[in-house]
Amino acid sequence: MNTINRDQLLERARREVPEISPQEVKAQLDSNLPVTLVDVREREEFIQGHVPGAIFIPRGYLELQIEQYQPDRNAPVVVYCAGGVRSLLAARNLKEMGYTNVRSMIGGFNGWKNAGLKFTVPRVLTEDQRLRYSRHTLLKEVGEAGQIKLLEAKVLLIGAGGLGSPAAMYLAAAGVGTLGIVDFDVVDVSNLQRQLLHGNKDVGRPKVESAADRIRDINPDVKVTPHNTPLTSDNALEIIRQYDIVLNGSDNFPTRYLVNDACHMLGKPLVDGSIFMFEGQATVYLPDSPEHGIVGGPCYRCLYPEPPAPGEVPSCAEAGVLGVLPGIVGSIQAIEAIKLILGIGEPLVGKLLLIDTLDMSFRTLKVQRDPNCPLCGEHPTVTELIDYDQFCGFPAREHAATGELVVA
Amino acid sequence: MATVYVPTPLRRLTGGQAKVEVTGEDIGTVIQAIDAQYPGVADRLLDDDGNIKRFINVFVNDAEIRGLQGMHTPVKANDKVSIVPAMAGGREATE
Repeated sequence: MNTINRDQLLERARREVPEISPQEVKAQLDSNLPVTLVDVREREEFIQGHVPGAIFIPRGYLELQIEQYQPDRNAPVVVYCAGGVRSLLAARNLKEMGYTNVRSMIGGFNGWKNAGLKFTVPRVLTEDQRLRYSRHTLLKEVGEAGQIKLLEAKVLLIGAGGLGSPAAMYLAAAGVGTLGIVDFDVVDVSNLQRQLLHGNKDVGRPKVESAADRIRDINPDVKVTPHNTPLTSDNALEIIRQYDIVLNGSDNFPTRYLVNDACHMLGKPLVDGSIFMFEGQATVYLPDSPEHGIVGGPCYRCLYPEPPAPGEVPSCAEAGVLGVLPGIVGSIQAIEAIKLILGIGEPLVGKLLLIDTLDMSFRTLKVQRDPNCPLCGEHPTVTELIDYDQFCGFPAREHAATGELVVA
Repeated sequence: MATVYVPTPLRRLTGGQAKVEVTGEDIGTVIQAIDAQYPGVADRLLDDDGNIKRFINVFVNDAEIRGLQGMHTPVKANDKVSIVPAMAGGREATE
């Protein structure tokens, strides 16, 4: 067998692999040419800084992972390393896999920096986080970048009750970095049949406190912001403004209309869920966001233009609720929130999921935007928050009780 | 016969049944047919003008009838009619 030395190998690679200068790469990226730029250095090098837009695949994994990012063998691919040597060998391996348009960047990342071109220092997971979230980062749809999105996300939970409990615990475990909780109730022993955030030792404590303790125990990465107050027309905008996504676990109609209106006015996605006896509903109300190219869907008022008269619909306190049911619906809400954060899949926008646990049916119905909706229709009449107790037919109450939040 | 999915709050009127089979050519006659079998249902679904109450949605298969022909939306044999009221869970807000 013929042996060749290092220099001969590189000589051969140079003959086989065309090279490209950092300036040319920059020009191609700037003109949005569909070039796949792959950083094949080691992780320790990558996290010190990389070319903006580069995909990170360490050379040892290159052949195993490249197809996840660029399966098209004729697509233009540029590979770089630190100095332009390892990338020559890496590019040669890609050619062997049938990639016909692979080039190696001359001088590598050092060449890029020396040319005075801008680079990015990525936010990366710590060693502890890489272990904690490894089952997430293994998923191509999440990856390290997705996990960082979760860590940077801020989700507000309306209520730390039946729906808020599983949602809060799963979002915390998933590493959603900031969880706000609005609730001013205290833990009652009758809550424990379904509200897993709280335990026996918490009876009599404010729910936001026991919720915060539980969440910190699940995941110290999560910052919990308790809002131990009723949500009212006076504070809703100020509280909701601080978050990216709102998850509704409230148990009364005035709060549901209040949260819907406030989220629409602030352009925040609202992940809605509700439960009754053995049945649940879940959907996502996504407002338009033209600056992000997002065409939203219907809102709560499109679906339910008017609330039932007081007493017309029995409540869970009167009729009961199966304790596991909020576990299902709240978990679905948590999944929808995570999908919105990661931008994956198809959220339940314009779709109403109905769950009947007695025959265990899951059905999805289409819901449409109402052009006459007073909030999100063509000629809106609700342009600021109103008195939601009055809207729902309840007698006007003292200031502190407006939009009172009592949790399922 | 169309299958009508009855929401939990109305099951007290249907003897606990979650699904009832009825014949009717449109939503209006389907509701009359249910009410004939289970008196009181129409009262719970319709307002004084005979329209579906605003906190209730009625779907034929997966489409809401306000976006179709309302009470005159045709119902064929084997269609699925779903009655979906707003739910808030929890307690009365008046408590």
